[in-house]
Amino acid sequence: MAMVGSATGAKRILRFHVPLAFYAVFLLFPFLWMLIVSLKPDQELLDTGQNPFLLANATFTHYRYLFAETDILRYALNTAVVTVVATVLSLTCSVLIGYALGRLRFKGGYLLGVIIFLAYLVPPTVLFIPLAQVVARFNLYNSYWALIFTYPTFLIPFASWLLMGYFRTISRELEDAALVDGASRWQAMWRIILPLAIPGILSAGIFCFTLGWNEFLYALVFMGGGDMKTIPVGVVSDLIRADVYQWGSLMAAGILGSVPVAIAYSFFVDQYISGLTAGSTKG
Amino acid sequence: MAVQPLPRTSVPDRSRASSRFGALLEREWFLAYLFLLPGGLILLLFMAYPFGLGIWLSMTDKLVGFSDYSFIRLENYRWIYGDSIFRQTVVNTFIYGFVTVPFKLFLGLGLALLLNETFRFSRLLRAGLLLPWIVPTALSSLAWLMLFDAVFSPFSLLGRQWGLLDSNINFLGDAFSARASLCLANIWRGIPFFAVSILAGLQAVPSELHEAAALDGASPWQRFQSVTLPVIRNILLITTLFSIIWTFADFQLVYVLTKGGPVNLTHVFGTYSYQKMGAGYIGEAATVSLYMFPILAVLAAILLRYVRRED
Repeated sequence: MAMVGSATGAKRILRFHVPLAFYAVFLLFPFLWMLIVSLKPDQELLDTGQNPFLLANATFTHYRYLFAETDILRYALNTAVVTVVATVLSLTCSVLIGYALGRLRFKGGYLLGVIIFLAYLVPPTVLFIPLAQVVARFNLYNSYWALIFTYPTFLIPFASWLLMGYFRTISRELEDAALVDGASRWQAMWRIILPLAIPGILSAGIFCFTLGWNEFLYALVFMGGGDMKTIPVGVVSDLIRADVYQWGSLMAAGILGSVPVAIAYSFFVDQYISGLTAGSTKG
Repeated sequence: MAVQPLPRTSVPDRSRASSRFGALLEREWFLAYLFLLPGGLILLLFMAYPFGLGIWLSMTDKLVGFSDYSFIRLENYRWIYGDSIFRQTVVNTFIYGFVTVPFKLFLGLGLALLLNETFRFSRLLRAGLLLPWIVPTALSSLAWLMLFDAVFSPFSLLGRQWGLLDSNINFLGDAFSARASLCLANIWRGIPFFAVSILAGLQAVPSELHEAAALDGASPWQRFQSVTLPVIRNILLITTLFSIIWTFADFQLVYVLTKGGPVNLTHVFGTYSYQKMGAGYIGEAATVSLYMFPILAVLAAILLRYVRRED
């Protein structure tokens, strides 16, 4: 904090505001570009003599086109169903796993914690080929279940690891006191530990929601047919066409598809960061 | 999930079996294994089993649409090893990982140090600057797809309007500039992840130490080296390893921007494996993606050591 704070006036502007402005421009520029293009009428987009960053006549044509002419609402519904169900399922399993590995002493607990961590590091690009065979064998192709059961393969290890770290930060004495007072283990967990872990559970939930909403490879391979696509897959495979009239609606779809995670995340940004902290320093 | 009513003494009729179950629930090992069951089943069925199946498939000549296939031992591995596209893929993946990660680390560290200050709108800016990392990559890549477009790239248009360029830049048209473009988009997406992780570590730096060092006349750089760096060293390492793993295993960005082209020169493991699968070669596709595994295993082993030391 004292690093730049001691500098004053022009020095501070040079050392602090200028670099910060550089970051803001670089990191936000693509979003600004998306927004400009999504609001630009086609004839302006085609006019290569015009400054591409100017927006003379803003229009919602591209957004209207998306709602009227494409399946984007259906894709949004698909994404929401899959993400919410997979998140609830994964979070339930992960709270239990995190509690068992973070608070209960038993043989093999440490090893299982290591296995969960390693499972978190197995990327979808390693698993998608054989997983496609499994999905086919269970007849789940192009059904919500295909993603509801496969998203937990990356959500559970991640959320369990995060929650394991979080559960460990809660003092053991609280639980012991309740057990001495005659509460059962189950009650001690349900009434004392879980309520204290709500911030951690909440941020694990937001993480799961964002990861699920953003997932691409499994959605592309297991649910990429017809009207069962998710938003990222639907936009990328339906709207990228080989003609010049695509850009406006493509950018509009990019904006619309990003809004849910941006909202979920901006509401809980503090919880998100505190959950990350607990997970990364304690886990 | 039934919650036991609190006053347990008020249910005298409870059968012996359920009270024995209640007694079991008081044992830590029993409760632990019970809790591990639901998640464990899902992971066994949809993770451990496919992983084993993948190793098996990589040793077969399975094709899409044919139920007959045979066990060919390591034939796929030998064949893929000699495949020039695969060799290019390995090179690309290493370029992709080792070019982008240092940029992400240093730029992310810089951003974290800036965001660690308190200033007006710091909360808003903190949230805003994390956007590249939290929105769906497939969608934000569309912005880059247009920024790199051969006809509509605003960089080309402006360059020509200002007389700096004679013709449009074809960012994704040749191997070198396509790889550079992929790296740029990857750096853009990764900076916020480094920044958030490091920022979390910075909050653990005791400010009294900074003040004491400042009173002793230490320069900002000296203070960073001797006060800040020791505290965040482990976080820097862990974040870097995570980022290398994810960059190696990336799919979305390359898929949306180049699909591995031009002429298969920008593939990473994921996109090449996907292309093999699309062409029907299930066995070979599994082999390509499993070639990634030894690299990941080494990285994971190093990572595990540091994460455990944190504990």
